[in-house]
Amino acid sequence: MNSAEIQKLKGLACKARIGAITGTYMAKSGHPGGSLSSADIFTYLYFKEMNADSKNPDDPDRDRFVLSKGHGCPSLYAVLALKGYFPMKELEKLRHVGAMLQGHPDMKGTPGIDMSSGSLGQGASAACGMAAAAKIDGKSYRVYSVLGDGECEEGQIWEAAMFASHYKLDNLCFIVDSNGLQIDGKVEDVAGLCMLKEKFESFGFGTAEIDGHSFEDMENAFNAARNCKGKPFVIIANTVKGKGVSFMENQAGWHGVAPNDEQYAKAIAELEAQLKETEEA
Amino acid sequence: MAEIINKATRESFGLALCELAKTNKDIVVLDADLSGSTKTGIFAKEFPERFLNCGIAEGNMISVAAGLAACGKIPFAASFAMFATGRAYEQIRNSVAYPALNVKIAGSHAGISVGEDGATHQCCEDIALMKTLPGMAIINPADHWEMTAAVKAAVEYKGPVYLRLGRLAVDSFNDPDNYSFEFGKGITLHEGSDITVIASGIIVKDALDAVRELESQGISARLINIHTIKPIDEEIIIKAAKETGRIVTVEEHSVIGGLGDSVCDVTARNCPVPVTKIGIQDRFGYSGPAKELLKLFGLSKENIAKVVSDIVNNK
Repeated sequence: MNSAEIQKLKGLACKARIGAITGTYMAKSGHPGGSLSSADIFTYLYFKEMNADSKNPDDPDRDRFVLSKGHGCPSLYAVLALKGYFPMKELEKLRHVGAMLQGHPDMKGTPGIDMSSGSLGQGASAACGMAAAAKIDGKSYRVYSVLGDGECEEGQIWEAAMFASHYKLDNLCFIVDSNGLQIDGKVEDVAGLCMLKEKFESFGFGTAEIDGHSFEDMENAFNAARNCKGKPFVIIANTVKGKGVSFMENQAGWHGVAPNDEQYAKAIAELEAQLKETEEA
Repeated sequence: MAEIINKATRESFGLALCELAKTNKDIVVLDADLSGSTKTGIFAKEFPERFLNCGIAEGNMISVAAGLAACGKIPFAASFAMFATGRAYEQIRNSVAYPALNVKIAGSHAGISVGEDGATHQCCEDIALMKTLPGMAIINPADHWEMTAAVKAAVEYKGPVYLRLGRLAVDSFNDPDNYSFEFGKGITLHEGSDITVIASGIIVKDALDAVRELESQGISARLINIHTIKPIDEEIIIKAAKETGRIVTVEEHSVIGGLGDSVCDVTARNCPVPVTKIGIQDRFGYSGPAKELLKLFGLSKENIAKVVSDIVNNK
């Protein structure tokens, strides 16, 4: 990737963050912290990595994406809007009665959402099922799923990891948004979860550990994932919860709280300044 | 009189699945280390490339099935009813039912006729659990021929289905030449005007024997077989309530949340009549030979006949 391309992705990620903050502000609820930590990953996946066409959202040969940490959907919705699946205006109705954009992803109601999710642990397994379907049908599409690090406390994640490895799902790539925080505090303090990379390695995964806000790192890791044969791949993406909004960064308290009027104005001002920087770069 | 086939409905299920998969390439089968018991092993032997053993991890199995369905496959996920619907209830709710994915869940060894394994494996709540899920169809076949037809119907039906399989070998009573399975439609197996017996699953044969015996005692009992518990055939129940005035339900399931409650719901809204529910009362089972347990829990032709004749004679 050249620097122009990186600046373009950075700009899109800023817009995704603005969409996520606007959505949660208008909804007076939602999960800004985890939306902001995943925003760069979603941007890279939809604008660089995946075969995804908003004009043909049901293409049977498209790459699939499952947001296993379903609560991070506000920035995913914003990325889907930027990609053209639906108007950005829909974010303003996020979580409202009758809205297309539900509090957690709904594949029946939202174009571009490949799997309903939100109950932690289940999306990773569904992604395994999609990857297994591709293998059975002899198709070459790939399946991506973003997991939370706190989510990896769910036993089902490890059931899914065992399955993916046993069936040699090398068309499957998990990305763990490792922001280190969950509702009750630090991931390491809440239940002692640690050494995620080693855990996945012991389950038979190919692994990479990256800065989850670096598009250069992502390019290397996703290329490694595609070149990894005979086993699934996981990217441990170290991220900052609340990334891009100074007062939300690394604060567990911003997991599931919407900004008030003042906070919203400050957050948007910061994000717009960052957007301007990318446009001027 | 058609030939009587003595076979467990789980075996009929395994055979039917294997037969249908010969022409339908979308059928895939998942199991959780019980393929010998659920009889998906028959399919696995014939179509190993379309069989996914998930190990003892039912939650993952159900969500994997959801992913397969989202990509156009027709997955059948099998385990014991206890673990398929109990352990993985939340996966069924959120990964399968909420997105209305085309997943078929096969719960084997349902009810107390698991026998010796005892209460931890005797699932008498599966129908209740599945019934509360929006859009979940529930089929509880009674014999070999009905199961064979039900598997085909489940494949043709677009959407989630819970299919209940029994462990015990049971005699067939349907005649394959005259049998037709219609999704959501009850079948009147015996005409009668004094009272109606409504039964479901492998206990239907006992109910049939009971109403035939009652006839010789001068009691005219109608028998309706409800193979599709959800959506239930309201019409046939309302007609029976109006014409016979009293109903006895028979099921190898808790009387809370099962067939009996579905029948009560229909009658209460349309034509209130007294309903007596034969089934597992609000309690757990225990170890013992299956046939003995069925008798002890009132699931025998003798008890069905007694309950019905007591009601009719105390008119």
